[in-house]
Amino acid sequence: MKLLVALIAGGLFGSGLFISGMTDTAKVQGWLDVFGAWDPTLAFVMGGAILPMMVAWRLTRGSRPLTGGTFPPPPVAEVDRNLAIGSVLFGLGWGLAGLCPGPAIASLSYNGTAGVVFVVAMLGGMALAPMLRARLDSMGAAE
Amino acid sequence: MEMDWIWGLAGGLLIGLGGATYLLGNGRIMGASGIIGGLVDKSGWSTGKERIAFLIGVLVMPLVLMPFFSDTDTHVTNNYIVLIAAGLLVGIGTRIANGCTSGHGVCGISRLSLRGITATVFYILAGGLSVVFFRHILGVI
Repeated sequence: MKLLVALIAGGLFGSGLFISGMTDTAKVQGWLDVFGAWDPTLAFVMGGAILPMMVAWRLTRGSRPLTGGTFPPPPVAEVDRNLAIGSVLFGLGWGLAGLCPGPAIASLSYNGTAGVVFVVAMLGGMALAPMLRARLDSMGAAE
Repeated sequence: MEMDWIWGLAGGLLIGLGGATYLLGNGRIMGASGIIGGLVDKSGWSTGKERIAFLIGVLVMPLVLMPFFSDTDTHVTNNYIVLIAAGLLVGIGTRIANGCTSGHGVCGISRLSLRGITATVFYILAGGLSVVFFRHILGVI
């Protein structure tokens, strides 16, 4: 049952990324490019995605997930250095290629060799991340 | 071109429905980088099958929808140095920050998470700087 839910959720996510045009790197870079021909599409995608999620978060109150288990704990209200450093690195890469993890997977089947090269590099980066994060943590502790 | 925002909104709603399904169904936050990253660094192997099922859905649905759309060009660069650098930055950055556009952006902002909002501000500013620098100053993208 959990697998079916995950498959449907992934299917909706992939469909949405495809239909919205977020697998088109020109649209993503066009949105980030405030000094070029600015493309507002991404703002509509974000807005459209946040609405059902707001309803969903409200529905989690006082209930349990359909397949059992528990809902995620409330968000931590603490902003740490890793959040800022990681997000800046991610943003630099996102702007550079116009791809983030979701669309990179959604477009993998029709994005040619370029899409595969990006995803392999991304997986490599994800494999390196725990080591880099440990290094950042030890630097933080030394201060 | 002038219809783009409608497709954007419709697609966005589907993305949000996907996130709502994953949350209300399985009690999980739909964050692409977390789902993939947990498989890569083994931290998510206990829920590995669920993650793989999700990713199959993401991968397959665009292929199913493709025949109904005429313009599916992704305009992705063929500069391998750019692709490798960008891929490494995205992989490392999202895992150090614990989330990306879907996890921090969609799922975080929708519950007014301070971390989600902060991350989104940082990656959008960095993304904007990145495009301005690499496109308008260096001219490599």
